Amino acid sequence: MVNTKINLCGVTLDNPVIPASGTFGFGYEYADIYDINVLGSLSFKGTTVEPRYGNPTPRIAETASGMLNSVGLQNPGIDKVISEELPKLRACFSKPIMANISGFSLDDYTEACRKIDSEEQVAFIEVNISCPNVHNGGMSFGADPKAAEEVTKAVKAVTTKPVIMKLTPNVTNIAEIAKACESAGADGVSLINTLLGLRIDLKKRRPLLANTTGGLSGPAVFPVALRCVWQVYNAVSIPIIGMGGVSSSSDVIEMMLAGATAVQVGAANLVDPFACKKIIEDLPREMQRLRIDNLSDIIGGAH
Amino acid sequence: MKQGIFEIIENVALTRDTFRMKLQGDTSAITAPGQFVNIKLDGLFLRRPISVCDKEGYTLTIIYKVVGDGTHAMAHMRAGQTLDILTGLGNGYDLTRVGDRPLLIGGGVGVPPMYYLARQLIESGKKVTVIMGFNTEREVFYKQEFEALGARVLVTTADGSCGIRGFVTAAIPEAGEVSCICACGPEPMLKAIYDATDVPAYFSFEERMGCGFGACVGCTCKTKYGNKRICKDGPVLTREEIIW
Repeated sequence: MVNTKINLCGVTLDNPVIPASGTFGFGYEYADIYDINVLGSLSFKGTTVEPRYGNPTPRIAETASGMLNSVGLQNPGIDKVISEELPKLRACFSKPIMANISGFSLDDYTEACRKIDSEEQVAFIEVNISCPNVHNGGMSFGADPKAAEEVTKAVKAVTTKPVIMKLTPNVTNIAEIAKACESAGADGVSLINTLLGLRIDLKKRRPLLANTTGGLSGPAVFPVALRCVWQVYNAVSIPIIGMGGVSSSSDVIEMMLAGATAVQVGAANLVDPFACKKIIEDLPREMQRLRIDNLSDIIGGAH
Repeated sequence: MKQGIFEIIENVALTRDTFRMKLQGDTSAITAPGQFVNIKLDGLFLRRPISVCDKEGYTLTIIYKVVGDGTHAMAHMRAGQTLDILTGLGNGYDLTRVGDRPLLIGGGVGVPPMYYLARQLIESGKKVTVIMGFNTEREVFYKQEFEALGARVLVTTADGSCGIRGFVTAAIPEAGEVSCICACGPEPMLKAIYDATDVPAYFSFEERMGCGFGACVGCTCKTKYGNKRICKDGPVLTREEIIW
């Protein structure tokens, strides 16, 4: 019997597979088709202090081996998430929850984190400082080590939960940002958020997305994500959650060999709603094939 | 929602660029006319949402127009090939709210979902009128099929080459008194119907989708009752809730 358990920031997860924020809603759409308690954890839809509609449509476009999205953090706001969405999630999910929080100012981040801190089932706070689809928010914090440090410090001061900073690949040196987060007290980092991209409608001669640009995800970005995880693993000693184009159990193992302690699955869920379940079911077989007894033994194993 | 493997049993051209595909598989998740399916195609990342034209037993019928890479690939598929399809997506039309004399309006590839709707309504004893709008005569399909169901059919073409000249709204007065309107087609057509009528009405919308089952919120629109996902809370919206 192989052991798929991993320890993420002091919390034991049955397996390292976590649906990525923005691709899994608040879980219940998927709970209609399978028991989502097979998941290691679940990162819920990016939540801000105020409700947001997001960007105008169209906000989805296809690319080679992937997709662009410019949703722009549509969410009902932290209060409604706590009063309406979390009870629905709790009804179908008993595993540790990862709360994904976004903001446009330090106050936004701290207010939302303070509110979510009292939710018992929330085991981790994943702080999104990397959304490419909103102006003046998210990514601007994640593109500058000083700003990343400030958000980390501010959030750490208001929460008792492990804080995981979600980083953007749209920077010159992602390891430098990760180091800034670590030195400010982050308990972990997750990477990568989407890569900024563009598609043009040939007939209309206009961008396909109403927001012009969008975030690229899917198998197309997997090697970029893997490289980022590799570089960050060399730079920090806090755990890394690897994500970006992961679609199979072998991708999970590859991410872990690069240095990830846990792995998020994003765009794959949208194409195959059973993607996470299939990956989790495949994982023991793939481990046996590769002669891995304890999954946690392979973290950073390719270095 | 269900995921299933369907076998193509027929894939034929109805017009130069509009095809009908019949597939065999588990259709049990399809519970209302106006719902759609989401089709995985080799080499393309996102699934392709296509409205359900009919379902009977294990047979699913879809009608699609070749507009891009996905539908182009579909047009070249043959009987015996299989497709990975998500079924039972979207709300569909509520058959209990259409009254005794519903008017069904389809424009172009908005016509196919009206077939399953018309069949169910006629089978339950309603008097159904169908308006089908096309650009020109050679694009017209399914007129006889609707008539065979027992529906009264009015065809409009923008160039007047078949039926009534003009858009679908030109035929609305011909339909006489109706209890409600169910419409599917391009948004300008839906807006024109909305403006030209005041009976209860249900409009089926189209939007670029990521997942098709409510998870990614890529296709959200604003309504008077808050944000709605076209794929999950729609595609059918009521007259009262629409913000144009």
